[in-house]
Amino acid sequence: MSIMPDFTETSEDGRCVLRFSGNLTLARIRKFSQRLDGVRGDRLLLDVSGVDRMDTVGAWLMYKLQRDRGAEVVGASDEHRSLLEQVEKADQPVKVRPDRTPAFQRVLAQIGAGTAVAGRTLYGLLGFFGALLISLWSLITHPRRLRINAVVTNFEHVGVHALPIVGLMSFLVGIVIAQQGAVQLRQFGAEVFTINLVGRSSIKELGLLMTAIMVAGRSGSAFAAQIGSMKLSEEVDAMRTIGVSPVEALVVPRVLATVLLMPVLGFYASVLAVIGGGMFVWIDLGIPPITFVQRLREVVPMTDLWQMLIKAPVFGLIISMAGCFQGLQVEGNAESVGLRTTAAVVQAIFLVVVLDAFFAVFFTSIGWL
Amino acid sequence: MSDDSPLIQVRGLKNSFGDQIVHEGLDLDVRRREILGVVGGSGTGKSVLMRSIIGLQTPDEGEITVFGESMIDRPEEEAKHVRRRWGILFQGGVVFSTLTVAENVQVPIREYFPYMDETLLDEIAAYKIVMSGLGPEVGPKFPSELSGGMRKRAGIARALALDPELMFLDEPTAGLDPIGAAQFDDLIVQLRDALGLTVFLITHDLDTLYAICDRVAVLADRKVVAIGTIPELLALDHEWIQEYFRGPRGRAAATVDKRERARG
Repeated sequence: MSIMPDFTETSEDGRCVLRFSGNLTLARIRKFSQRLDGVRGDRLLLDVSGVDRMDTVGAWLMYKLQRDRGAEVVGASDEHRSLLEQVEKADQPVKVRPDRTPAFQRVLAQIGAGTAVAGRTLYGLLGFFGALLISLWSLITHPRRLRINAVVTNFEHVGVHALPIVGLMSFLVGIVIAQQGAVQLRQFGAEVFTINLVGRSSIKELGLLMTAIMVAGRSGSAFAAQIGSMKLSEEVDAMRTIGVSPVEALVVPRVLATVLLMPVLGFYASVLAVIGGGMFVWIDLGIPPITFVQRLREVVPMTDLWQMLIKAPVFGLIISMAGCFQGLQVEGNAESVGLRTTAAVVQAIFLVVVLDAFFAVFFTSIGWL
Repeated sequence: MSDDSPLIQVRGLKNSFGDQIVHEGLDLDVRRREILGVVGGSGTGKSVLMRSIIGLQTPDEGEITVFGESMIDRPEEEAKHVRRRWGILFQGGVVFSTLTVAENVQVPIREYFPYMDETLLDEIAAYKIVMSGLGPEVGPKFPSELSGGMRKRAGIARALALDPELMFLDEPTAGLDPIGAAQFDDLIVQLRDALGLTVFLITHDLDTLYAICDRVAVLADRKVVAIGTIPELLALDHEWIQEYFRGPRGRAAATVDKRERARG
């Protein structure tokens, strides 16, 4: 007996008789079901006595003919009959796909939902900042509750492990600034001002900005993903029920570590950018390192360093808060972890750049040129 | 392959994680069309045994054949043909969280039969969902919108997608309410009778063991210490088995079973 499902169509006493043979199973049903749809004629009689094996899909096709075309099934073995009954019992109007709404309505709904989400995020962020401050206050009053180990571990992840990549990036950025500056300034015969350019831009802006972007990409995303997957596996809920505050246990160590390390990392990045620029100036313009350093001390005011050191902890706070906040917003499924991680990085970098602009205006207005 | 040869055959299985040996010299036969219950204390390697059989865990030693074909060190392409013939429900009732329930059911079908007609696919998903005891409204829902028990049923619906000959169920009734668990027991028996299903069932649910298992395998001391019907096991003089079936819960399940049999 062939295993391919097949049927013959004959006409007996004015009834259309379909005699089936072979295996009526999922594996072989594809073309067969299309052929079956093509059968015309009414008062169908389905003879399945020649069928070798039948699974629920085969039974479903038979049942559909029964239901929609009033066909009658004959010659079914006990097993096949019970399959048909099973399938019949399982036939209920099931919605398989979500409802589709018209495109215009969908766009409107998305805009509305987006606005609501933005509002809620802002509100949530405010609440989160408050919760963070409360936790910090309770840690100040009960210093023994501070999880030193967690803070130190985060020092390592946020700071120590970031040193090579942050250093390399800043070094290269320093070279690029020096090179571009030198090309432009040479047109005016003012190559020597490349030193001013490298020194001031690296220390005041670029070293820290590059660091912030790197830390947001490395650690902000990691915070969101870590806390997010803990949220998914109900670890955060478990913590809460035991009486451990998730903000105190998860958020405070990460925020503290980032806030404390950003100035260090920023300083390190600035120094390496200056070194990169210095190397280029030495090789390309022939200005020896001694001269370079002397000139740096003349043109870079101390306030540049202060600016950097004031901005750094603020940026660290923003990055770590965005990461932890988004992590705690994870809900539902694995996809949400991905979305929140992305949101954490995007928000962190966006806020850092916006705040940097405000800082620039502010410091200029107080005379730190 | 003759019809009475065992569907799953495990010989001399050894599994270890580092220093910890989970199985050693484990033998097991699963016969065709039987519902085999696997019991054992926590940490006796029930799930590891299942993972070894389905090829997620490569054993240190031993032979495993399923459908008469060796499962160890098989190329991916060949293993695929065997995999098509079984359905698996993991302990957590794992369903893909980014797909709707209906899409979850369709995943295996799409994987193996990519040219399937879309309407037929939807119809198949629909009746499988109802068959596994879910309401008709859950089709377009995402797993995160379902309760734990419903997620488990969605997992069952997906395991049933390809009309398997062999089902692996890891604690299917854990987390289901008693009514749901009883319905699930019925479902398994019905499917076994209708489709000629063989079921490898890890469970701690004594009611399920009494109600539907043809034989029960007991895992202890790194191997299958006993396998047989429940009366056969009760006749054995093994401390853990006696404690398991004669304990308060075991007795309660046995009474219910007897009462139901008396009623017919």
